[in-house]
Amino acid sequence: MTIGSIPLRFKVEIDPELCMLCGRCVENCSYGVYRMEGDKIRVNSRNCVACHRCTAFCPRDAISIYEKPTDYRSHPVWTREIREAVFNQAKTGKIILAGMGNVLPYPMIFDRLLLDACQVTNPSIDPLREPMELRTYIGKKPIALSLKEYPNGDADLLTKLSPNLQIETPIMIGHMSYGAISLPAQQALAKAVSRIGTFMGTGEGGLHESLYPYQKNIIVQVASGRFGVDINYLERGAAIEIKIGQGAKPGIGGHLPGEKVCADVSCTRMIPEGSDAISPAPHHDIYSIEDLKQLVRSLKEATEWKKPVFVKIAAVHNAAAIAAGIARSSADAVVIDGFRGGTGAAPVVFRDHVGIPIEAAVASVDAKLRQQGIRNEVSIIASGGIRQSADVAKVICLGADAVYIGTSALVAMGCRVCGTCNRGQCAWGIATQKPELTKRLDPETNAVQVENLIHGWTLELAELMGAAGINSIESLRGNRDRLRGYMLDEGLLNVLDVKTMGA
Amino acid sequence: MCGIIGVIDKRRQCMDGSSIRNSLAMMDERGNGEGAGYVAYGIYPDFADSYALHVFFDNVHENKPVLDKELERWGSVIHDEEIPTYASRIKKVHTPWRYFFKPDPGLAPERNTSADDLIMHIVMSANSAPNGILIFSSGKNLGVFKASGWPEEVADLYRIQDYKGYLWLGHNRYPTNTAGWWGGAHPFNLLGWSVVHNGEITSYGTNQRYIESYGYKCTMFTDTEVVAYLIDLLVRKHGLSEKMAVRALAPPFWNEIDRMPAKEQELNRAIRLTYGSALMNGPFAICVANEHALVGFTDRIKLRPLVSGEHGDRLYISSEEAAIRRIEPHIRDVHMPKAGEPVIGRVIA
Repeated sequence: MTIGSIPLRFKVEIDPELCMLCGRCVENCSYGVYRMEGDKIRVNSRNCVACHRCTAFCPRDAISIYEKPTDYRSHPVWTREIREAVFNQAKTGKIILAGMGNVLPYPMIFDRLLLDACQVTNPSIDPLREPMELRTYIGKKPIALSLKEYPNGDADLLTKLSPNLQIETPIMIGHMSYGAISLPAQQALAKAVSRIGTFMGTGEGGLHESLYPYQKNIIVQVASGRFGVDINYLERGAAIEIKIGQGAKPGIGGHLPGEKVCADVSCTRMIPEGSDAISPAPHHDIYSIEDLKQLVRSLKEATEWKKPVFVKIAAVHNAAAIAAGIARSSADAVVIDGFRGGTGAAPVVFRDHVGIPIEAAVASVDAKLRQQGIRNEVSIIASGGIRQSADVAKVICLGADAVYIGTSALVAMGCRVCGTCNRGQCAWGIATQKPELTKRLDPETNAVQVENLIHGWTLELAELMGAAGINSIESLRGNRDRLRGYMLDEGLLNVLDVKTMGA
Repeated sequence: MCGIIGVIDKRRQCMDGSSIRNSLAMMDERGNGEGAGYVAYGIYPDFADSYALHVFFDNVHENKPVLDKELERWGSVIHDEEIPTYASRIKKVHTPWRYFFKPDPGLAPERNTSADDLIMHIVMSANSAPNGILIFSSGKNLGVFKASGWPEEVADLYRIQDYKGYLWLGHNRYPTNTAGWWGGAHPFNLLGWSVVHNGEITSYGTNQRYIESYGYKCTMFTDTEVVAYLIDLLVRKHGLSEKMAVRALAPPFWNEIDRMPAKEQELNRAIRLTYGSALMNGPFAICVANEHALVGFTDRIKLRPLVSGEHGDRLYISSEEAAIRRIEPHIRDVHMPKAGEPVIGRVIA
């Protein structure tokens, strides 16, 4: 061992004046930071990931956690993270894995876009007094309607509409599989979406029986591993989503390690217990856009053309052209997953370096579809890096119909974004399959928290719309006129088709 | 602010412009003297088969040959002349011209191009190029007259009382979006459609992106022109009635739709799903006209005033009852239409 130990990432301290030796930290820490030795609590800071489970349950606020207690010699090129990655790989010779989303300090485009409000020339609308419509339909819309109108004012609708999902707020919960997250976590999300009148995705891990009561608010996913897919699964979903790629790791597949494939996961995924669940990088029946079309249509055929079929892609450089291809494949919605999207586990090199931000991807996809006159063929669902209601409003102004949230829903259940989902030790019972940890998460309590979050965002969206003099979400969609760029460069302003502030 | 007035005579009996001038002047409180305009239908009976193109030239000697050449490419000019103007307080910054033009759709590059489509193409391409040419009126047997000034001054500039039409729209402007320039004054016109508008469209960005994907180009820097294009798309190209087009632009709320009988619910849901991007938000009262009809409507929560009145064969729609009474002092049948509900008057002769 020539490299020796790497400086601590976190230092944990217990204030002996405050500590009453209750041992809750010892019980709660799933990473082995604490141990009780006689009348003392010993700390091993090296194990700490800053998930804050201990501080959240310490009744005396006795615990403090400090980040990076040891300084490196500062260097603008050879940052601490770069050096530690080299140490890590020099020792292991492996690909470095991590959880959650992109950690590099790229500028947030959302934070450089400003929303508009009315003053004098048009009145703002008070959502407490006037109707404010956030209802959104996800799916194919006709380009024009054909009506037979009668002199008495009656009219027959001759156009047949494709199936659409009706949501009461443009916020849905994205696909996080059973396997990546725990069953109680999925149950909490399912309860929340069914009460709000929105939808959640199963992820590629199948649909556990205990979620059947919520199936009319669940979108089932078909990914390259085809885990848990049979006709029963397809028929239970309100919609079907084909996952081509994911924002956190565009271009590669997934890998659920065998130790997470417990009996229940094995049944739901339809694979042997303890076996690795490997999703290949491409679908082995999709090597071109026409193959995708066949799969879309096969899924529709299997479910008698009663369900919308979505296609999810990672936001990559050519997302606009790919989305235009998808729009012509009979798909009903395209999901664009930006490079800040979270994940249970991904190679760091992909998570941090591959793909583009959702803001630019949605803007270019919407523009391309309109240019080709096929915007009505598909809805656009934006995901990956939606952190707050303002982001929802902004991405809708850029052209999205609705959003998927992931990380923020997990944070609403206690997740502290410690980024170690890949280790399966989640002390909050979210990203783990260990029964002693998953039982920590009460689906009912957490459903209320997730519901509160979406409800709060929905109220804020309604206020933002009212302030902008808009009482229907359709009029926000693609309304780039109501956005201004805050010190964005001209090239990006052109892509976003947004004017600079003051203009 | 802004004041609007529209009047239609169902039996196509013509009125001269003097009463509409006086009516609009009643609403000077709603304007600021930076823009006014009129459109009259039925004023060119001698050229009823030709498209009457009203044009502003920045510099007639430089710009006119360009347009002449373009028109010759696509059809034949039956007659053209300067639009007569008379001494007025208004400084003439453009030279208004009119062409009576017959397009030849056979000359269009694409087959099945209609005469209307060809005219639309000519208007859109002329107006979007930086060429000192603005075609602000392009229908048959109708004409827009507008400039920067009070309604009385604009009327006197063109001697609006000399024109006789069966359908008139007038607009008294208080500009906000663009300073008072001649092109920015209302009415806005495309082919047979003319629009006058009081308000501000908060959904403009959405509507503009929608309409531009159908080949329309928003070139006049104001939100009103998009209304003319939306109506043209929905009625002329998609074949909806005026009533259904208004339903798409200012549709019922979902909670109203949810309470409708099944068939009506299905229809209204289909309209909202299909034409969500055409939905107009923000405060507005609008009068839209074509050669057969006059339609007035407001936004879905009626943030701008609109009254209508009927007297004999005439239907009046205006921002203010006083403006209607200036024309028809003894009118009895005056209504306040509900939010989003269209008032429609049609010619029967």
